Amino acid sequence: MSFEPKIVGFLCNWCSYAGADLAGISRLKCAPNVHIIRMMCSGGISPLFILKALEAGADGVLICGCSPGDCHYKEGNYKTLRRITLLKKMLEQLGIEQERVQLHWVCASCGDEFVDVVNKITAEVKELGPLQAGVKSRV
Amino acid sequence: MEEPRIGVYVCHCGTNIAGTVDVEEVAKYAETLPHVVVARHYPYTCSDPGQELIKKDIKELGVNRVVVASCSPRLHEKTFQGVLREAGLNPYLFQMANIREQCSWLHEPGPELTEKAKRMVGAAVNRVSRHVPLEMRAVPIFPATLVVGGGIAGMQAALEIANSNHMVYIVEREPSIGGHMAQFDKTFPTLDCAACILTPRMTEVSRHPFIRILTYSEVVAISGYVGNFKIKIRRKPRYVDEGKCIGCLVCQEKCPWTALSEFNAGTSKRKAIYTPFPQAVPNIPVIDAEHCAYFLKEKCRACEKFCDANAINFEQSELIFELEVGNIIIATGFDTFDASSIPQYGYGRYPNVFTSMEFERLCSPTGPTEGHIILADGRQPESVAIVHCVGSRDKNYNEYCSRVCCMHALKYSHLIKEKTNAAIYQMYIDMRCFGKGYEEFYNRISNEGVNFIRGKVAKVTDEAIAEEEKGKLIVLVEDTLLGTMLRVPVDMVILCIALEPRKDANEVARLFHLGRSADGFFLERHPKLDPVATMSEGILIAGCCQGPKDIPDSVAQASAAAARALAMIARGKIEVPAITAAIDETECSGCRICNLLCPYDAIFFDDEAKVSRINQVMCQGCGVCAAACPSGAITHNYFTVEEITAEIEGVLA
Ligand code: FES
Repeated sequence: MSFEPKIVGFLCNWCSYAGADLAGISRLKCAPNVHIIRMMCSGGISPLFILKALEAGADGVLICGCSPGDCHYKEGNYKTLRRITLLKKMLEQLGIEQERVQLHWVCASCGDEFVDVVNKITAEVKELGPLQAGVKSRV
Repeated sequence: MEEPRIGVYVCHCGTNIAGTVDVEEVAKYAETLPHVVVARHYPYTCSDPGQELIKKDIKELGVNRVVVASCSPRLHEKTFQGVLREAGLNPYLFQMANIREQCSWLHEPGPELTEKAKRMVGAAVNRVSRHVPLEMRAVPIFPATLVVGGGIAGMQAALEIANSNHMVYIVEREPSIGGHMAQFDKTFPTLDCAACILTPRMTEVSRHPFIRILTYSEVVAISGYVGNFKIKIRRKPRYVDEGKCIGCLVCQEKCPWTALSEFNAGTSKRKAIYTPFPQAVPNIPVIDAEHCAYFLKEKCRACEKFCDANAINFEQSELIFELEVGNIIIATGFDTFDASSIPQYGYGRYPNVFTSMEFERLCSPTGPTEGHIILADGRQPESVAIVHCVGSRDKNYNEYCSRVCCMHALKYSHLIKEKTNAAIYQMYIDMRCFGKGYEEFYNRISNEGVNFIRGKVAKVTDEAIAEEEKGKLIVLVEDTLLGTMLRVPVDMVILCIALEPRKDANEVARLFHLGRSADGFFLERHPKLDPVATMSEGILIAGCCQGPKDIPDSVAQASAAAARALAMIARGKIEVPAITAAIDETECSGCRICNLLCPYDAIFFDDEAKVSRINQVMCQGCGVCAAACPSGAITHNYFTVEEITAEIEGVLA
């Protein structure tokens, strides 16, 4: 059987989680590999959670927040952007490819974009293969 | 903490879930998970019998935590939390698995769907066993309300609230309340005079025992939180003693110095000491220090000499004071589009190109021409072009439709016909006459002999190429119905300019913690279901500051905002949501990183204890501080590290 990546998706409650709901309501279809965890704001997604997910066996992590300027808590997503940029630099030094951790803006009316984002990260992580054993000690 | 006893309820949602997910298998699987005492599947869990099922298990089987696997928590989380509460359980000992929107509906049917649903249920079970009870707390509120902006929306909201005998403060930065509506001549589609319906309102507001009008004043700072705001107001000096002035306006008559009248949209002059318009409320003049000779050159003081009431006071200085209010209604209105930013329309270059605001004043009996529609040289126009969508529905300026221009354009053609019998050309993209009585008005005007040309105007020029164009303004427009370019020579051009967010909308948004939508107007909490609230609790919006709208819509929205404020006033206290962040003071190193991150200024530093603390009422629970705390001292309730980790491990199991 071909490799099916496991991906954890952290979605903010106000835009992205609503966008994912909308994708379902519109009966759009996407790869089933992303497992969604609802957060209040993308700014509340601690880098620790992302590391934990990779440690616990995820091959990739998807982070979705409201589009810039639309964060329910005003500026949480700008903080997310800075954090994720830094985190990805750090992960790269640990040998974890950039594509495994992706940040995307998905608005509440962006069901189709959510589907695209899920299919994109699934395809890219599939291409990279499983996050190699032994990574646990590196994280 | 007592041993978790978890009940799991897998919903069929008719066939919405059960059609593609083997709900029985999911329930069987759930039964094998740690701490699960009962797992059931049920056709419609949200129905009354479904809810009873959960209650029964809580009572009879001692279930103390609940997982419902069904639709999105955005839909039914509150429903099920209510079930827990009714059964005597804390509503936060609950977790939902969204196996409909984000599973059965979202993926191609296949065995993977059941597997995914199992993992989602597993994650929810894993997580709910870590949940702790959270308490809602009640905080008393200040019953007074602040209304920012004294236009028609602000006045409406103030009256609605004040009529319930609760105090309202209206802060207005101009010398008088009234707003844009006071500048209009007639209102569409009924053609009743704006002043006739507005001025009684203004008087009602000014006489109301529960309304205090603070004109020539601005909000400079706000602190506090929903129900408990402290507002700092700056009152600019009027240089006229409000207690002494009797409103005789002799000062205005005698003042030798002038400036352009804001009220007349710059079409006439006013004095340096002035009331913006005759029916101003309060009817007390202000001295415009930028144009007053005393302030510029230390001489004159003519007003002082002629004032019998001794009301002129050049020593007055600005006043800063504080108000305490529970709710804030923002009704700051709109600004109009600067027509000179479309140079090809010739505004500012050709004296007979007017904006809609200028034309309103030209038409008004209290305007510069006493209601006579005349050209710059005093002649009556024989032909008028009315250009729609100037700065609206145009990707170069504003993409949105300003919603009122089609209607006031129609109103103008009626008024021009009535007063001058000039030929009229409406140059429109689409006629949008959507309100009550609007389409009828359009039909009525169509029968008055108006020429409708469907097309966007390219240019207004005075370069004549034919005899009949000499001395005229020529409007170049493509008639898209005929598919030809037209040159229409006219005497007067009226540009229907867009309604835009206030120039200082950004500062106001910052001050009141408001969001702005892509068009720059203030963002409502929900575009359909909650157009009056904002993301900041206790701060409501009404009127054109939320988006362009006509008078009836502004009034309706203002009343809705007032109803919302009154609901809170009637309760007398507010429930503060339990999802907040809290600092463990024994872990806090006092680094203060979180202090600056908080978007609501809810975190403060205790100088004595040398730790940061979170105001539980101001905290909105975004979690941005918890994610940043280097000591791990901040707990984001309901999203704790243990809870999220449990969910992560669950979905990856
Ligand atoms: S609420 Fe969506 S990113 Fe902050």
